[in-house]
Amino acid sequence: MNVDVKKKTMILGIETSCDETAAAVVENGTVIRSNAVASQIDIHRRFGGVVPEVASRHHVDQITLVCEEAMNNSGISWDDLDAIAVTQGPGLIGALLVGVNGAKALAYAHQVPLVPVHHITGHIYANRFVQELEFPLIALVVSGGHTELVHMKEHGSYEVIGTTRDDAAGEAFDKVARTIGLPYPGGPEIDKLAKGGQPTINFPRAWLEEGSLDFSFSGLKSAVINYIHNEQQRGHELNHADIAASFQESVSEVLVKKTMIAAERVHAKQILVAGGVSANSKVRSEMERAANTRGIPLSIPPLSLCTDNAAMIAASGTIGFLKGMRADLSLNGKANLAIEDF
Amino acid sequence: MNVLAIDTSNLVMGVAVATEQKVLGELTTNSKKNHSERLMPAIAELLEKVAIQPIDLDRIVVAEGPGSYTGLRIGVTIAKLMAWTLKKELVGVSSLEIVAQNGRYFDGLIAPFFDARRGQVFAGLYEMKDGAIVQVVPDQLVLIKDWLAELSKLNKPVLFLSNDFDKWGELLRTYPFAVLGESTQNVPRAAELARIGIQKKPVLDIHHFLPAYLRLAEAEAKWLAKQE
Ligand SMILES: [Zn+2]
Repeated sequence: MNVDVKKKTMILGIETSCDETAAAVVENGTVIRSNAVASQIDIHRRFGGVVPEVASRHHVDQITLVCEEAMNNSGISWDDLDAIAVTQGPGLIGALLVGVNGAKALAYAHQVPLVPVHHITGHIYANRFVQELEFPLIALVVSGGHTELVHMKEHGSYEVIGTTRDDAAGEAFDKVARTIGLPYPGGPEIDKLAKGGQPTINFPRAWLEEGSLDFSFSGLKSAVINYIHNEQQRGHELNHADIAASFQESVSEVLVKKTMIAAERVHAKQILVAGGVSANSKVRSEMERAANTRGIPLSIPPLSLCTDNAAMIAASGTIGFLKGMRADLSLNGKANLAIEDF
Repeated sequence: MNVLAIDTSNLVMGVAVATEQKVLGELTTNSKKNHSERLMPAIAELLEKVAIQPIDLDRIVVAEGPGSYTGLRIGVTIAKLMAWTLKKELVGVSSLEIVAQNGRYFDGLIAPFFDARRGQVFAGLYEMKDGAIVQVVPDQLVLIKDWLAELSKLNKPVLFLSNDFDKWGELLRTYPFAVLGESTQNVPRAAELARIGIQKKPVLDIHHFLPAYLRLAEAEAKWLAKQE
């Protein structure tokens, strides 16, 4: 299908799929008019990870505040909105329900169309705030919940060609961080620690079957834990910085190689990287180098747009809106949701 | 005053539209939950049938709990967002107080409760005084055995109102002071919610209005226990 991306649209996005309560207004799918995020990182840190019930409760506490901030800072009124876009899934079901029901109440109150958004497509469309998408493209979405290679032939068309068979890459970061005593969330901490170390330990790379674009990180995670355990038993002093650097090296090598194979396979004109793990400095630099070598333009959103936010939901929702995707008032949140349906 | 009342705190989903003088419409189901799918369409349908535009509402009244955490969040989120965005008043009412209204004219105490698993119930104690239902014991999370022991000391007949007699009816009938509500009395009515919501003061800070869960999230409780 053909999407007329030149038509002017104003979309309010709402995102509550995990531990960020967020609302944003986006113009034309490319310009952020406002972007309000209430992060719960500090709240979940003491639990060592996101607790779904706690997250859901905080979403109820923050939802009107972020919507108010987003609308006030956007410079537009409810009458100027073309649609409200909301993350329908995937994510924590209790958390999703707050955003979905809140969006339905707003859409009904103002008689504005409601557009359901797949969270991963949001991460992909965060790139559109940096530069226009060029098709066909390959998007690597890596976060605490996802590790997916998505092939896009045009706006609003998604095909998953590789996914993790066990842990998400970000999950592996969190677990390894916990094992070496780093606070939650582990990703940024490992990144920091690795800067002072060398990749001296040869942790495994899971390439899976010949030609497979799938990922597996549970073996790597176990290898790191076993290594630490063995060293401790032998009475060796652990070099945490080297462990972090070696682990990071292993993750980024697999992510980068598989992304390049995918890009070559579909003759991609662009490579996108999105999701929380794309904030990792090693992943960023290795991806840049590999893409440069192959002469394929690479786009990674700025750090602030890598983590969950509602501007990206509004950006993807803009495409959904132009494609004619609509939800009625019976829209429900879904913990699992196929990206191909969006 | 045009009031919209919403209750999805438990199995029953109730929506009502009323004024001080009149119940304009009421919608109640007591079957499948699925409140997330059904609540917003029910609100839209009822308002349309009684020919009231959302903007013509003056106040939104919501059952604030106790009850199912998910159910509470659905009702409270929709009530909050509508009240906030339409600049209307918001009122929260105890979910147990709504059920207690069905015990009006009972000569004794009224004890609505909801099953809360692990032998516990969300329970409160009410009675009729000067024509109105007033609270005698605050809503609480309690072991049903302890609750029954406390009530038996009061030496008064107690009318139990609950949708959970399948689970607890047999136990209750072993207590001589216990009277079990009829099926129609056990279902909270959104029109009653609207009526008592009209009499209460609206919340001052809509942003931070939250369900009355009456129980910490499990992870929070464990974390607090570990700090001691
Ligand atoms: Zn995400």
